[in-house]
Amino acid sequence: MPIISIRDLVVEYDGRRILDGLNLDIEHGETMVLLGGSGSGKSTLLRQILALEHPKSGSVHVKGTDIARCSAAELKTLRRSIGVAFQSAALFNSLSVEDNVALTLREHTRLAPSIVDLVVWMKLVVVGLADFGKLHPQELSGGMKKRAAVARALALGPEILVLDEPSAGLDPIVAAELDELILLLKEAFQMTVIVVTHELPSAFRIADRIAMLYQGRFCSIGTRDEIKASQDPRVQQFLNRIPGNIAKAPAVAAYFEKYVHTPEANA
Amino acid sequence: MATVLENVGTKTIEHLDYVGSLNIQLWATLRAMGSALPFLGNRYRWRATVQQMLQIGVDALPMVSLMAICAGFILAMQGASELRRFGALHYVIDLVSVGFTRELGPLLTAIAVSGRSGSSFAAEIGTMKVTEELDSLRVMALEPVEFILAPKYLAALITVPSLSIVSNFCGILAGGLFMFFSTRLAPLLYFRYVLDSIVLRDVVTGLIKSLAFATIIAHVGCLEGFRVRGGPDSVGRSTTNAVVKSTFLVIVADAVFTAIFYLTVKS
Repeated sequence: MPIISIRDLVVEYDGRRILDGLNLDIEHGETMVLLGGSGSGKSTLLRQILALEHPKSGSVHVKGTDIARCSAAELKTLRRSIGVAFQSAALFNSLSVEDNVALTLREHTRLAPSIVDLVVWMKLVVVGLADFGKLHPQELSGGMKKRAAVARALALGPEILVLDEPSAGLDPIVAAELDELILLLKEAFQMTVIVVTHELPSAFRIADRIAMLYQGRFCSIGTRDEIKASQDPRVQQFLNRIPGNIAKAPAVAAYFEKYVHTPEANA
Repeated sequence: MATVLENVGTKTIEHLDYVGSLNIQLWATLRAMGSALPFLGNRYRWRATVQQMLQIGVDALPMVSLMAICAGFILAMQGASELRRFGALHYVIDLVSVGFTRELGPLLTAIAVSGRSGSSFAAEIGTMKVTEELDSLRVMALEPVEFILAPKYLAALITVPSLSIVSNFCGILAGGLFMFFSTRLAPLLYFRYVLDSIVLRDVVTGLIKSLAFATIIAHVGCLEGFRVRGGPDSVGRSTTNAVVKSTFLVIVADAVFTAIFYLTVKS
């Protein structure tokens, strides 16, 4: 049975369809990369998986439970098994890095403070921030913030790790370091990892399977090799970085010429 | 005509929606308040409550005291200029002591706290929303109402009445200074007259008003923060709205309470 199962998922904002009948199964221990351009619906899909929003129709089952229709207690239990690192890291600026990581341990477990400190240190070691625990988020670089967010997501030892645009805005070296960290986590903790990204090198480095979103629908789902070999023009356009609707200079000139002759422009 | 009716209808629905949201938030907070209590609740939540009490109460103490002293002088001087003509200068004592305990002490405190803390609640929560920190709390199975709102509300319920008592004392003290310098009335005699002029009911009604004002300030400030949509400009708007709406509602609530107390005394 898949750990996450998405069936006929439809999401609309103010009558505008963002996700249009998505179906996807994510297996235990799999790294699934949700790939797609800006506005394709990747982050919206992620918010549905995390039950931060409700769908118009369809369902998302996490560990067999419909996450949008379960009770508050069931949702709380499910969320404890999911670790999330947001695109903006979303660390609490009023807390130190250590306290950010310790937050869920203090709230959801009865561990002694010394054990909490030990677990926090271990998580920070995994992400390479053991010496930076006392700092506050605003004192960290972009890459360090993302790693701290991963450490916080790992705090409760989740079965599912969700990473939203982990390498966005980072230089290629730091982005590659994060990719290696994701691979290490998957190997060390046997987690199911879901990564939302539009960074191709990162996607092809870490993915077991890739689901490519285009205008709210999956245009291709497969392994790295299957995606590379896909003949779908939308996949090819994305992989080969072919520009879409761009303004051509003569067309822009013609538009302005037409505009200056309108009564509106001459009023 | 249709447009006017449409606008009136839209605004009415918006205001009803706002009042409904305030009520829902209030009940949700009351249900979560147990976690912020000392000994019985979560110790981290109580620690957050104490921190909030310092910010709302202790930090506002100099400002509230100074405002009350100035208002006490103003009330005494304005009252004296009229009452002197009727040879009833000693009624200044009644005016200041009853005026402050029933009305001015709680109202001045509420206006000061609304400006300082109501705006700060809206800005803090609004920023947390923009930076995905609220989503981050939810996916960590922590409810923002319990985690953020309950400590703020409990702190406001404790500190606003306490500040009102300080405000009453400072206002009455200012009246005493005025009486000493204008009529050479001995301070001890002044305080004896003050104790003769006020009754317990005056103090209790003032404190009941303070509790209502604390509820309005905390909930309007937090609701404005939770309603932030978009970017930093929206945070700025919510901060302004928090101060404007909470000050307006405090004065409306004051009028309602005063009318109730007036009618109950008359009957």
